[in-house]
Amino acid sequence: MLHTKRWIPWLFVGPALILILFFLTYPTLMTIVRSFYGKGTQIFASTLDFVGLANWEFVFNSPAMLAALRNNALWTVVFTLCTVTFGLLLAVLLDRVRYEKIVKSIIFIPAAISMVGASVIWKFVFAYRPVNLSQIGVLNALMVAFGREPVGWLIERPWVNNLALIVVGIWIWTGFCMVIFSAAYKNIPRDLIEAARTDGANEWHIFWGVILPLMTKTIAVVATTMIVQVLKIFDIVFVMTNGAYDTEVIANRMYKEMFNFFNYGRASAIAVVLLLLITPIMIFNIRRFTRQEAR
Amino acid sequence: MKKLIVFIVVINFPIFFATYVFAAKVNVVHGWPAQQGEAFEKIVKVYMGKHPEIEVIVEVVGRDRPAYLATRLAAGNPPDLTPHPWLGLQAEWAKTNQIVCFEGLIDPSGILDALKPLGYVNGKLFGLFVFPSIKSLVWYNKRKFERRGYRPPRSWDAMLTLSNKIVVDGGTPWTIGLESGAASGWPGTDWIEDIMLRSAGPQIYDQWVNHQIPWTHPAVQRAFEYFGQIVLNPTYVLGGPTGALTTNFGDSPSALFTQPPRAFMHRQATFIQGFIRKQNPGLVAGKDYDIFPFPPIDQSAAQRVPILVGGDVVNCFTRRPEVIEFAKFLISKEAQEIWVKELGELPSNKNTNPALFTNPITRKAWHILSNATISRYDASDTMPGAVGTGSFWSGVLDFVSGIPLKRVLETIEDSAKDAYSSK
Repeated sequence: MLHTKRWIPWLFVGPALILILFFLTYPTLMTIVRSFYGKGTQIFASTLDFVGLANWEFVFNSPAMLAALRNNALWTVVFTLCTVTFGLLLAVLLDRVRYEKIVKSIIFIPAAISMVGASVIWKFVFAYRPVNLSQIGVLNALMVAFGREPVGWLIERPWVNNLALIVVGIWIWTGFCMVIFSAAYKNIPRDLIEAARTDGANEWHIFWGVILPLMTKTIAVVATTMIVQVLKIFDIVFVMTNGAYDTEVIANRMYKEMFNFFNYGRASAIAVVLLLLITPIMIFNIRRFTRQEAR
Repeated sequence: MKKLIVFIVVINFPIFFATYVFAAKVNVVHGWPAQQGEAFEKIVKVYMGKHPEIEVIVEVVGRDRPAYLATRLAAGNPPDLTPHPWLGLQAEWAKTNQIVCFEGLIDPSGILDALKPLGYVNGKLFGLFVFPSIKSLVWYNKRKFERRGYRPPRSWDAMLTLSNKIVVDGGTPWTIGLESGAASGWPGTDWIEDIMLRSAGPQIYDQWVNHQIPWTHPAVQRAFEYFGQIVLNPTYVLGGPTGALTTNFGDSPSALFTQPPRAFMHRQATFIQGFIRKQNPGLVAGKDYDIFPFPPIDQSAAQRVPILVGGDVVNCFTRRPEVIEFAKFLISKEAQEIWVKELGELPSNKNTNPALFTNPITRKAWHILSNATISRYDASDTMPGAVGTGSFWSGVLDFVSGIPLKRVLETIEDSAKDAYSSK
């Protein structure tokens, strides 16, 4: 048994701890404190007004923030369901395809494109030109080719434009989900599936009865990762609509309050809300991870 | 030879070093893009040529400049001087004594009458107007206008009559582009401001800017309704309201110059000429395209046509003599003429040599600007950010996308109520 002095572990943990305290804990606490003070760009000036819960009232009671919260909820449900479902389906189905690697690479490419770049690309896809002019956007070109009128994809509220934005997110993240699922799927022992087949199960039964139960852990990890990603969604909305036409989301509103309206109080309150929304999911993830490690 | 080099280095380096250390420095922060930035550099160079003891250090902050300035102010390390377009910020800084009052320091009498008042806060001079642009202009395809016998209208009603005529002739009168990335909506706020200035008059315009009347006031409502007469009419606007919402402001005027033209008129500030020339290099100003002033609406409210202007005011954060000297130079005839020569854009000094305007449209704009008596500054740049760059922008987009006007104005009013309060 190797004896170490008590302070030795602290020596190793210390630097990381100091960095986390200084760059994470301290700003977090300051943000919480700041959320009770008024507008302005100062962080701790004595000139600031203490406004109590006014910023919090704004967060949960203003039409702008309610729209953002509602849209974030829509994003969370649709985005997470679609990325996880498509990722899983692609992982399982592409396993049987001859050119699996090539197809998977192609589907994974969007994950390598920056969010802003992807948003610019999709802005072209959704581009609208007046009825009689030639359409430069792929989607509206198709609409016209099928004898329909072009659609203002990013303008028609509340469903068309929000779903159009969510599709961009799904396009970016599905490849990522697929890769993780594919790795998990390939880890399932083939003889299990073979055994099920010999026992007369069809592919449908195998998927629901064998594959899915064995992949629940991975699904949980991927789904929580996606939820964390989608809660803080910002770039796509910022680039494509900047929250106009009722497409606002929480993080974009935070940016506006901070950098456009100089209301650090409200921006801080919104930041804390985002933190509170993400924390339970992080805890869930960490718990699962430690349990897994303990085994 | 070697000796000579050593000699030069030994003698010159200390001199260079000394001038560097002891030279009076003026730290300037601006946000102009490349072309204007280069013109400004030229002004700086001329100034430093005349005053070798002063060194002007230029910093370009293109994005989030108000936040950048606020941070430096909070840290007690502001730049010496900054030209910027936010009159609302100027007023705030003046009230909190963060910028230098120029009373008794600088004589602003060289600045055009229409622009001089924009530097005053509570009757005192804090800002010097430089490099203006006129917003109240309608651009049109002159050749097509002449061929079809259309005349620039002199009143709002005449403008609608002309629009109807163009529709009857099978054309689309207007091309409007409200899309501008994260700043989408601003071209629409300019429309509302121009209309407001004409339909309600400058006094009510000021009350509106300062939120002394609510957004739900009949005057504001009427201004939106006037704008609606054009933008919400699908036969008037290329692509209808959806076309206006999805067209980028810079691409919008190109519809005037297609064969045949897709639209005939476009309301935009002087700066749009740069876009027009870039997209259609062959066009001749004054022959192929021209401007007419945005016409008056209520003749009784404004006998003379008021103009809406944009541009920059120079504010100083420090009052060292070299800083004040440089500020004086910026509004001088000499500095303003460099701007005209380099860019072909408008100056703010009334003594500018008119022969410098080689472009007939700039000459015409100069004529409008130098003869204007009533002018007002871009309202959205004067209002608090949460309204001017927030709910006003999105309000215009909501209005054009078909949300009922009452709801649009109530939403803006809600945000204005707390944006104008101090907390």
